Amino acid sequence: MTLAASAGLLAAGPTTRAAAETHGFLSPTGVEIAFLLVGLVTFGAALVTVTTRQLVHAALWLVVTLGGLAVEYLLLTAEFIAWVQVLIYVGSVVVLLLFGLMLTRAPIGRSPDADSGNCWAALTVAVAAAAALVWVVVDAFRTTWIDLDGPAAGSTEATGASLFQNWVLPFEALSVLLLAALVGAIVLSRKAKADAATPAGQDTGRDTEGAR
Amino acid sequence: MTTTTLAVLVPLLPFLGAVAGLLLGRTAPGFVRPLAVLPTLTSLVLAALVAVRQGGDAAVDSATELTPTGSVPIELALHIDGFAALVAVLVGLVASCVQIYSTGYLRDDPRYPSYAALVSLFTSAMFLVVYSGDLIVLLVGWEVMGICSYFLVGHYWETPEARAASLKAFLVTKLGDVPFLIGLFALATDAGSFRITRILGTVASGGLDHPTLIALLLLAGVAGKSAQFPLHTWLPDAMAGPTPVSALIHAATMVAAGVYFIARLLPVFEASQAAMVVLAVMAAVTMAGSALAALAQDDIKRVLAYSTIGQLGYMTGALAVGDRGAAVFHLLSHGAFKALLFLAAGVIIHAAGTNSLAAMSRMRNLRDRVPDAYWTMTVALLALAAIPPFSGFFSKEAVLGVAEHVVTGHTEHAPAAAGWIVLVAGLLTAVLTAAYAMRLWLLAFRGRGTEAPDHGRQPLTMTVVLWVLAVPSLAFGGFAFRLLPEWFDGRDLSPTLTTSVLGTGVALVGGIVTYAAWRHTTALTARVPLGAVAAHPEGDAAQVEAEAIASHEPAYGDIAYAPDPADPGRLLLGPLHRHAAAGFHLDAVYTTLFVRPVQAGASLVRFLDREVVETYVRGAGALPRWLGTAVRRAQTGNVQTYVSALLAGTVVLAVAVVLVATGA
Amino acid sequence: MHLAYPAVLSALLFCTGLYGVLARRNAILVLMSVELMLNAVNLNLVAFDVWLSRAAEETLHSGQALTLFTIAIAAAEIGIGLAIVLAVHRNRGTADIDRLRDTSERHDPDGTDHDARTAERSDEAQKAEATA
Repeated sequence: MTLAASAGLLAAGPTTRAAAETHGFLSPTGVEIAFLLVGLVTFGAALVTVTTRQLVHAALWLVVTLGGLAVEYLLLTAEFIAWVQVLIYVGSVVVLLLFGLMLTRAPIGRSPDADSGNCWAALTVAVAAAAALVWVVVDAFRTTWIDLDGPAAGSTEATGASLFQNWVLPFEALSVLLLAALVGAIVLSRKAKADAATPAGQDTGRDTEGAR
Repeated sequence: MTTTTLAVLVPLLPFLGAVAGLLLGRTAPGFVRPLAVLPTLTSLVLAALVAVRQGGDAAVDSATELTPTGSVPIELALHIDGFAALVAVLVGLVASCVQIYSTGYLRDDPRYPSYAALVSLFTSAMFLVVYSGDLIVLLVGWEVMGICSYFLVGHYWETPEARAASLKAFLVTKLGDVPFLIGLFALATDAGSFRITRILGTVASGGLDHPTLIALLLLAGVAGKSAQFPLHTWLPDAMAGPTPVSALIHAATMVAAGVYFIARLLPVFEASQAAMVVLAVMAAVTMAGSALAALAQDDIKRVLAYSTIGQLGYMTGALAVGDRGAAVFHLLSHGAFKALLFLAAGVIIHAAGTNSLAAMSRMRNLRDRVPDAYWTMTVALLALAAIPPFSGFFSKEAVLGVAEHVVTGHTEHAPAAAGWIVLVAGLLTAVLTAAYAMRLWLLAFRGRGTEAPDHGRQPLTMTVVLWVLAVPSLAFGGFAFRLLPEWFDGRDLSPTLTTSVLGTGVALVGGIVTYAAWRHTTALTARVPLGAVAAHPEGDAAQVEAEAIASHEPAYGDIAYAPDPADPGRLLLGPLHRHAAAGFHLDAVYTTLFVRPVQAGASLVRFLDREVVETYVRGAGALPRWLGTAVRRAQTGNVQTYVSALLAGTVVLAVAVVLVATGA
Repeated sequence: MHLAYPAVLSALLFCTGLYGVLARRNAILVLMSVELMLNAVNLNLVAFDVWLSRAAEETLHSGQALTLFTIAIAAAEIGIGLAIVLAVHRNRGTADIDRLRDTSERHDPDGTDHDARTAERSDEAQKAEATA
């Protein structure tokens, strides 16, 4: 990129025009092709996730989707976020979801009633929302390019520097929120258990007495 | 105190007594009787004082306008002339007697406090009517009397007869009151004032534009209130109320208010010859018809009720021939002896345990059980039959004498036709009056058969007032006919020879014929057993009377009629007896002419309301109901449905915002 | 790279998640769909952050920071959400969203019947729990 062009990037209007001049309207690069292919896989996996009749498969397809997204983050040079994505989502959230499925005794195999009767309304709303969003996004950013050259924008160093220089306070607040969520989850499960355990506790008491 | 202050106190005291009685009736039952009797007695004294001070001189006039009330002013006005002063004394006397009598008559009645308060309120309203110098104030008293009459007739509201009678009394009098009100407005519009003095001044100067119309409208109200044909049908039924109420309201005072009203405004009526003739015809039909009906009644109180109608007919007759002096003279004497008759009848009903003359004619020695009632009733019946020297003779002679004056052309106020009508009807009625008075006396006191039941001594309060009222019945007429002209218009009220001989003669003929008929039929009484007596002879008089009224129809088949072959009235009237007993079927005629069409109209309106109007209402309600059902359907409880709707709305809004923002 | 690619992918993923939230019956599947929507937002944030970090002279890397926050919050959310779903499942014996209709307009005239039925059902659930 020329110096004049990079100087022109300061203002939004000239930036896009300058970028258009450098790249041309349709000039697929290798990164773009990779992004597109991985994106297709991700989208397809997401579709399967929300439509499959096998609940455990849905969780597994969700892994594919989230992994695909991690690859997209890498392609966008946000490597730290990509690894966080893999660690937290694929590593813990999906495992939690699987545990949830097991605990609620979700049927293994095809369940005929995985979709509720709201299916068609949901489809209509989703398609309408997708049409509106895609139209707006394409209309707004059809002449905008991301420059992926140079140092990675989301390297661990850059992310850490920004996080601990500019975002310390929200970061700390977030830790408090996580604590609150932790306590909340414990309270929720404990309270439900206490309610359910009151007659059960009496039963066990009687059982032990009977055993004696 | 000035005469005006005294006169203001006269209606005010019973009113305050009524209010206090209603307020204290439950909390302090000990005060109820003094509160009922004392204000009325005080009012009597004050009314007498006012009469003495007024003394037949120039009328006492006093007026104050509380607040401006539009084009025609309404004033709190007093107008006390000789008529007002004397009528007020009569009202006070009868009201006091009735209040004292009621303390004994309704001794054990649980509703006595409200009864006494209503009687006091009625008395106050009647005083207001008598003293008022302003027609609107008079109308207030007039309507208060009507509503009190409604409540008091319905005092035994447990019996269906009393309920029906109170409604009938109210509706029929109101039927007359509506034209009456319109007539008052028309009169005030013509005269420019509601004050009686100013109206009379306008009439004297010939300022009345529609005298016939106004007079006929007012006449409708008078006919309703004074029970004149054709609006008299409520009065016989009103006998379902307690006897003291019948004595006060339906004999002595309220029904006389119509006569008194015409007497006050006589020049207005005299301005229209047609109205005078209508008045005369009305009086004649009322007199003769009611006397015939009285001869056929079985209930002793209904006999007296028809007799009241007839005597009121005499008064309107006197007014029709243009002499209010004679009318008010008869009003005064009639008020005394008719109140006495009713109160004595109450004693007799209590003693006999029945109100049926047929049953009484089968009781021996009823007169020995109630000697006070026997003697006083004899006096009153003689006065009613106009036998000299009882008071009824002089007042009735005054009426007949005036009619004869008119016939012979001695006055210019009334048409000669009216005189003829009144004179002939009056003489005919005199015969019949004597006949039914004789029949009543013979059947009640000359019964033969089983011994009359012994219900103990009558309370002193009930017997004393009979003697108090017997004095004026006996002597009032003889003393008064010379004094009264000073108080009234100054016309001579002394009996003339022709009418005296004629009237007394026909009365004697009526009495003797009835006696002969009774001798002829009385043998039958032993052969035809008949009668029913009250089930609670030890109860107070009011309870006995209520039971007698309630049991008359089941026992004899009709409220007014008993199938008694020993009745001399049956022999005298012949085939007419059945119709006379039913009041000449006027009620049936009214039912066909008015009640049925009104009921048909009501059912038509109900049909229209139910089927037509309601359909529109239901139609209007249908759309919101459908919408409501649809909205209820939407409340499925399914969160996903709600979120779908929410997001669909969001998408629509977002698209709309984008479209607007891009200017598309 | 054309900015429209990640943006469109993000929009499509978001709407897929939307569909899942609206159409899935099992509450845990609904939670998965919510995760999809959150990830779509994350992708958007990252893409625009990368674009802005080149286009603007100095940025706070707010997109990436917010992405990290979102991931953390999503983890918390999934924890709480699963706890709620498990509690509901324990009390009602079901995790199906369209059976949890206590707020619906009742069709039976007296509400006691409905309450009695739910209480009965929860009793059954408790019994099932106890036997398990």
